[in-house]
Amino acid sequence: MIKSTIEKSRKIHPLKLKTKQTLVAYSFLTIPLLFFLCIRIFPTLYSFSMSFSPQYGVGFTVENYQKLFKDHFFWQAVWNTLKYVIITVPIQMALGLLLALAIKRIQHFRWFYRMIYFLPYITSIVAVSWVWRLMFDPNTGFLNAFFGILHIPPQNWLSDPKEALLCISTVMIWQSMGFSMLIFMAGLEGIPKHLYEAAQIDGAGKGKMFWKITLPLLNPTIVFLAVTGVIQALQTFTQIQNLTAGSGSNAGGPLHCTISIVVYMYQNAFQDFNMQYASAVAVVLFIFILLVTLLQLRVLNKNIEY
Amino acid sequence: MKKNKDSEWFIHAVLLAGVVVVVFPFIWMILSSFKSLPDFYSFSFWPHKFDFSAYKFIFKETNFLQWYLNSIIIGAIVTLSCLVFNSLIGYTLAKYKFPGRKAIFILILSTLMIPTEMLVIPWYMMGAKMNLIDTYLGIMFPGLIEAFGIFLMRQFMLGIPDDLLDAARIDGMNEFKIWWRVALPQVKPALSALGIITFLGNWNAYLWPVIVISTENMRTLPVGISLYATGDAGGIQWNMIMGMSTLAVIPMIIIFLIFQKQIVEGITLTGVKG
Repeated sequence: MIKSTIEKSRKIHPLKLKTKQTLVAYSFLTIPLLFFLCIRIFPTLYSFSMSFSPQYGVGFTVENYQKLFKDHFFWQAVWNTLKYVIITVPIQMALGLLLALAIKRIQHFRWFYRMIYFLPYITSIVAVSWVWRLMFDPNTGFLNAFFGILHIPPQNWLSDPKEALLCISTVMIWQSMGFSMLIFMAGLEGIPKHLYEAAQIDGAGKGKMFWKITLPLLNPTIVFLAVTGVIQALQTFTQIQNLTAGSGSNAGGPLHCTISIVVYMYQNAFQDFNMQYASAVAVVLFIFILLVTLLQLRVLNKNIEY
Repeated sequence: MKKNKDSEWFIHAVLLAGVVVVVFPFIWMILSSFKSLPDFYSFSFWPHKFDFSAYKFIFKETNFLQWYLNSIIIGAIVTLSCLVFNSLIGYTLAKYKFPGRKAIFILILSTLMIPTEMLVIPWYMMGAKMNLIDTYLGIMFPGLIEAFGIFLMRQFMLGIPDDLLDAARIDGMNEFKIWWRVALPQVKPALSALGIITFLGNWNAYLWPVIVISTENMRTLPVGISLYATGDAGGIQWNMIMGMSTLAVIPMIIIFLIFQKQIVEGITLTGVKG
């Protein structure tokens, strides 16, 4: 009854209804569109244009990029950032998958484990970083005391150039493995049970089921976690700032061996106030993230073709 | 059958060991906040004497409560704004047919590729021109509308049957009211999920706030803790930092424990949908 009335009204005023829809839609969208133009699109273009401007005066120049290319600290920052990605993403995903599989196999207290392992993810990175910094403290920290019980010589942790980056990566993994676990749990939930039953009838072992059913069907979940994980690790800033900066020393130490692209950009922009040079650093970060996103689109498209 | 039970015990043992690793830093944080400064000269597990001086100092001598209030105000306003705007835009993109719809959707989605880190420098310069540095609006403006939330709301709004909206039109409801009264109640779970992740994100935000805030009174909790800890040239006052961290983290943990189901479902929902 209602439907026929609508159809009638559409037949009588086909143009009018469409115009009305367009008007309403644009009246809802005007403010948000302006917002996106002013807060996202324009600043992005501005950032690019600044990276091609000299620090003093006006004009077009590529000197920021020339300087970047020769800047030893910048390459150190890029290399460290890649290390953060290579260390944290696979480990946090593997731990997340193991946790999800383990929790799936038990009968009781599933909610308890899920809750506890997810806890670090929702807590403030700043607070957590300072707690870990205290635990890493060579003199009064818990970790050296614990190592003492195990008769392992005390370590310098965050003040050792060889260990500092691994310490920061540990904090990142500790905080984000619960998120991987949660997403993997949802992914496992989506795998139809009858596949396992069929495989069991065919005589497949547990290992074979994992490699032939679980892992391939988790593929979208794995791609999602890998991409979000890589992008997040490329943007590492807060942990480094809070684990390594002191009242008299910059973040990224000791000896620049924990500095990341974003920390380097921050220091150039807001400590040395060379916004133009910092913009060039930011553009490089943008290109990295763009590459990861494009790679993701390719991988996902391939999946559809199969 | 027995073998199965054995392996279940084994899994519990491994998982419990992991629980210790996950929970220990929190316990260490709380214990350390009750230590007095001399307790930090050498290692001690328990405080020599439970000492409340760190907390007394935090409440009496620092702006900690102001930072707390700032975080709550900023988190609440940004969350509210995101819920209203993201859902309205998502609804418009899902339920209206108009020229340019696809282009606008792609434009909004493509902003997801731009990292915040790249925008903070232009934002800072814009903020300086418009006198927004060190103000609430300055801290909040980048997050007031958010592309991922729009995408999420659009996905959920697509599921609302058109007949429902048309019926409301026949009843003479105006378009704004249809969104508010008819569409929004249909996507309540998605709204609460979006609200939770937006608030959490703002509560923990650090990079932009630490750039835009310049006076002590305007600091949010993470900025306050971080700058207080590195601000004292005389060395880190560990008991104070641990006290502040405890006060910042424990309420969030309690809220998480109460709304555990909704938060976990919300994060899963948004993660899987994205």
